Amino acid sequence: MQPMICNGVRIDESFAEAFPMRGTALLITAPNERWARQAATTMTGFATSVIGCGVEAGIDADVPADQTPDGRPGVRVLLFAMSSDGLQSQLVNRLGQCVLTSPGSAVFSGLDSPDRLPIGDMIRYFGDGWQVSKKFLDRHFWRVPVMDGEFLCEATTGLTKGAVGGGNLLVMGADWEKTMIATQAAVDAMNAMPDAILPFPGGIVRSGSKVGAKYKTMIASTNDAYCPTLRGAVKTALDPDIGCVLEIVIDGLTEKSVADSMRAGIAAIADLGPDKGAKRIGAGNYGGKLGPFHFHLKDLLP
Amino acid sequence: MTSLVLALKQEPDQRLDLSPLVPHLLAGKSEAEIAAIELQTTKHKVTVGDAFTLKPGDASSIRFEGGSARLDNIGLDLKSGEIVVEGACGLYVGRAMSAGTILVTGDCGPFAGSAMSGGKLEIKGDAGDLLAAPQDGEMEGMTGGLLVVRGSAGARAGDRLRRGTIVIEGAAGDHAGSRMIAGTLIVLGTAGALPGTLMRRGTILLGSHTPLAPTFVTCGRNGFGSFSALFARLLRPTSEAAAAAFSRPLERFAGDMAALGKGEILLPA
Repeated sequence: MQPMICNGVRIDESFAEAFPMRGTALLITAPNERWARQAATTMTGFATSVIGCGVEAGIDADVPADQTPDGRPGVRVLLFAMSSDGLQSQLVNRLGQCVLTSPGSAVFSGLDSPDRLPIGDMIRYFGDGWQVSKKFLDRHFWRVPVMDGEFLCEATTGLTKGAVGGGNLLVMGADWEKTMIATQAAVDAMNAMPDAILPFPGGIVRSGSKVGAKYKTMIASTNDAYCPTLRGAVKTALDPDIGCVLEIVIDGLTEKSVADSMRAGIAAIADLGPDKGAKRIGAGNYGGKLGPFHFHLKDLLP
Repeated sequence: MTSLVLALKQEPDQRLDLSPLVPHLLAGKSEAEIAAIELQTTKHKVTVGDAFTLKPGDASSIRFEGGSARLDNIGLDLKSGEIVVEGACGLYVGRAMSAGTILVTGDCGPFAGSAMSGGKLEIKGDAGDLLAAPQDGEMEGMTGGLLVVRGSAGARAGDRLRRGTIVIEGAAGDHAGSRMIAGTLIVLGTAGALPGTLMRRGTILLGSHTPLAPTFVTCGRNGFGSFSALFARLLRPTSEAAAAAFSRPLERFAGDMAALGKGEILLPA
C-alpha cells in the first residue's frame, strides 16, 4: 500500500497506543521567572517514565504573573502515574524535596476537579506546629514558616482519572542532524499545546523500547526494528533512506490534549519537508490490544 | 426570577422574630400560608400579613422593602438563596447561615452573622456589637463564609472567630477579634482598644496604626509576601480597600502571648 504523503513526508498507516493514567497539576510561583522555572524544573527532574521513575512529569506552560493567584510569575507542571496512590506519594515527595526547598516558592492547585490530592495538607507538618491554616470561601491554604519567609501551599490539588499516557510519534530522517531538526520543531510546537507534557529529555527519547527481551529480568529492551545499525540483521521497520529515529512521548490530562499535541507535532514536521527535516513519521503500538486509546496518524494530519 | 417581596407596612410596635422567613421554610407555601405565619415576640399576635404587604414571587429570593431595628433573626439558618433587606434590621441577621447571600442596605443590630458557617453576608451600613460572635454558651463564633461591613462595627467584632473572613471597611470598636480561635478579620478604619485580646490563632489586619497590648510581639516586616498578595487578589472582588490594605508593606505582630500566641496582627509598616 502507498503511504500517505504530507508535504513530501511519509506518514505511516499506524497509530499510537496509549494508556489510562492518573494525572494532576500544580501551579508553582516565585518572586521571579527564574526561580519559578527552577522549582518546576527540579520537581519534574528524573520523571521520564513511570517504569523507572514512578511518575512522568513535565512543565506544561509558563503562567504570567497577572494570571496567578498571588500575582507572581508561575509555571504549571503536570504529573502522571498509573495509580492514585503512586501519584500521591511522588507528588508529596517531590513537593517536599524540590519545591518547598526552592527559594521564594509558593504552590497552588493547578487543576479543577472534584477528586483531590492533598499537598499542603501533608507539607504543613514541616511547620512543626508553627504552620498557619488560611481559608477563603472554599479555598484552603497553608503557610509554613521557612528561612526565607513563608512557604504558601494550597491544601489540595485536583486529580483526574481521565489522563492519557503514552501518545507518541516516531520521527525518522536521513541522519541525526536532520531528524533532530524536525523533532525539535515538533517539540516546540507540542510544548505550546495546553494540558500535555513531553516527559523525556527535552521532549525526545532516542532509546525507544519494545516489550520484553531475551533476558528474563528485562521487561523492556531496545526497539531493534527501528535501530539503524541493525537494519540488515533484524526484521527492520526502516526504509533504505532512514538513518536515524527519534521518538516523542506525550502524556495529557485528557485524550483530546494528547491528540491536539500530536497533531501540532505532525504539522511542524510536515512543514519542514523531507529535505530539511524528517522523511517519515510513524507511531508506536503493541498491536492495539494493550492500550484503550488509539491515536491514528491519519486522523491527525494537518 | 421575581423575588418574593415583603414590604413593611409601618414600624412594628414590638420586636418581630423573622426566622420563619427564609427560603427553605417558605418553599412551596402559598401566599395565604405565608401571610398567616406568626412573627410576634410578645403575647400580642402579629402575622406576616399584619406586618408586611406581600408581593408573591419565588421564595428562593426574598426582598424586605423597608427595614426596622425591630426586625430580628432575618436569614436565621439560611441554607440557600438570597435575602435583601432594603433598610435596617435588628438582632442576629444571618445568624447560623451556612450558604446563600444576605444583603442589608442599612444598619444592623448586635450579633450580625453570629456563628455563621458559610455564604456571604454584606451590611452596607453599620453593625452592632459582637459581629459574628457566638451566643452565650456557644464555643465558636463564625466558622466560615464571608462577612462584609461597609460601615463600622461595634465592640468585640469577630469574637471567637474560628474560620472565614470578616471585612470591616469602617472602624471597629474595642477588642476587635477578641478570643479569636482562627480565621481572618480585616479592619480598614480605626480599631478601638486592645485588638486581638486573648486571640489564639488567626489573622487580624488593621488598616491604620493602633496601639497593641504588650502581649503582641513584633516579628518584623518580611517574608509573608505570597500570602498577603494572595489575599489581596482573593479580596479584590469584594473590597478594593481590603485588597489595597493587603498590598501595602506590613509588619507582623504575633500574639496574644497571654493565650496560645499563634495568632497575628498585621499593621501597616
